[in-house]
Amino acid sequence: MSADEGLSRRHFLAVATSVTGGVGIALTAVPFLSSWKPSARAQAAGAPVEVDISKLESGALLRVEWRGKPVWVLRRSQVMLDRIEDNTYDLRDPDSNDSDQPPYAKNEFRAIKPDVLVLIANCTHLGCVPTDRFEVAPADLGPNWVGGFFCPCHGSKFDLSGRVFAGVPAPTNLSVPQYRFADDNLIIVGENSGAAG
Amino acid sequence: MSNVKSNGGRGEQLLAWIDERFPLSKMIKEHATEYYASKNFNFWYVFGVLAMVVLIIQLITGIFLTMNYKPSADDAFASVEYIMRDVQWGWLIRYMHSTGASAFFIVIYLHMFRAMLYGSYKKPRELLWLIGMVIYVALMAEGFLGYLLPWGQMSYWGAQVIISLFGAIPYVGDPLVEWIRGDFFISDITLNRFFALHVIAVPLALCMLVIMHILALHETGSNNPDGIEIKNNKGPDGIPVDGVAFHPYLTAKDLVAINIFLIAFCSVVFFAPEMGGYFLEHANFEPANSLKTPEHIAPVWYFTPFYAILRAVPDKLGGVVLMGGAIVVLFFLPWLDRCEVKSIRYRGWTYKFALACFAVSFLALGWLGLLPAEGVYTLLARIFTIIYFGFFLLMPFYTAREKTKPVPDRVVYHK
Repeated sequence: MSADEGLSRRHFLAVATSVTGGVGIALTAVPFLSSWKPSARAQAAGAPVEVDISKLESGALLRVEWRGKPVWVLRRSQVMLDRIEDNTYDLRDPDSNDSDQPPYAKNEFRAIKPDVLVLIANCTHLGCVPTDRFEVAPADLGPNWVGGFFCPCHGSKFDLSGRVFAGVPAPTNLSVPQYRFADDNLIIVGENSGAAG
Repeated sequence: MSNVKSNGGRGEQLLAWIDERFPLSKMIKEHATEYYASKNFNFWYVFGVLAMVVLIIQLITGIFLTMNYKPSADDAFASVEYIMRDVQWGWLIRYMHSTGASAFFIVIYLHMFRAMLYGSYKKPRELLWLIGMVIYVALMAEGFLGYLLPWGQMSYWGAQVIISLFGAIPYVGDPLVEWIRGDFFISDITLNRFFALHVIAVPLALCMLVIMHILALHETGSNNPDGIEIKNNKGPDGIPVDGVAFHPYLTAKDLVAINIFLIAFCSVVFFAPEMGGYFLEHANFEPANSLKTPEHIAPVWYFTPFYAILRAVPDKLGGVVLMGGAIVVLFFLPWLDRCEVKSIRYRGWTYKFALACFAVSFLALGWLGLLPAEGVYTLLARIFTIIYFGFFLLMPFYTAREKTKPVPDRVVYHK
């Protein structure tokens, strides 16, 4: 065996050992990194919640919790619905093409029934809870404000359908969770509205 | 049998015994009694040692806090109140730790500014600067992780905002956020892992990085206010003629600085631990509520310059990229600065002017980050963001043709 041969043999062994060791380390990392994903218990805790809206008055907002997130249920009055239709604001995603909602809520009112709006109340910017500002033309939001949601953290604005305005940090409309009507006054948040309704 | 030949006393015999087995005397010589640093250090050169003092304060108070703190969503807030009210001297230990966090950043910002004044990041100290930058980033992570632990309203919503920043990354953003939280929202699971990172992972990394930082410093030697390499001018004994031994000469100076620092530190701990809501924010005296965001949320003061940059951009991804860029660009400082002269004493008016603009914009952004993002504040934040980045990105141009003054051969004293 010549000296050259010995060197190439050593080189091969060094590379093979390094590669094997590297693969071993990479595979060992998998369980450690995966342990950071939501645990089975955390996943199971995301069960649907029932919301009774029989006592929810027109124009009133109900706050419930689902998967630890705040969810709004807003009973919109006819005035509010008219304002959504007349909205002259510059909206970033008026048809909700880039936003997160189930297909049955992809419409102007972003709802199954126009008068009942169900939204996840986390701003799509950095997750703060926006405040409901249904008054018209308040001093801080300007004379053109006809009611909607305002995020105090970074100033994002949304209309009464949770659609985001142009020129604010939030990139998309407020998300609509999966939900369905069990009957006229009972909403199940977290379950999809099937074809049968 | 001992083969120690020393005729000295028992102390010397013991030292000789150790030195045969562990390089104790050698290390003391290399890093203290025979480590030579420039004799013209000014007060800007105390912040490194002060950072070490704060690190030790944080490690000791932190260990004692873990003995009574409970890292669970149900108990965390109450256990902090328990430390404050029922644990003997618990309030003092906790206020030392919370004040220490702000003190750490004050000291580190001044330490970094010193490097910018005297060109301490330049060749041959580029790696020293990079290790220091990694320490700075680890320290920001440590501060952020620790801020969730009291489980107050500001803890919760601050973490919500900062973790959501990762959601701006295209494609992997949302799964990444879920992976960091370990849940569909910031929960007990998130708190528990932040605790683990805050008390074990990051402090361990910080301590190792600090050792690397000191080893790199002692390899190249300390810079000085004149930006002269004292190693280039050695006496016949091989010792730099402008150098003095770190111990006892500079340790004596550092002890004075440590005393003054501790007087200031204790004054805050005893008389203004909340610092009017800047060191401990008012909203954090309410337990975390995942359904209600406080009216006005702002991070603790040491993050506000970057937070102001984030808010200045009316685009989610753009804001996050610029905020991250504001930190990343600091890593490149040694290569952005093309000027051969290190110290500001001998540099041209262009760098002096640029550095002044940078300092003003950093402070202004810090102030703006505490205010609501409205109207004129947003406009000001945009202007100062441009100045901040201008300082770095234009640096290769304005430093390349800088009119510098002649640099002396020996260090000088300015009376």
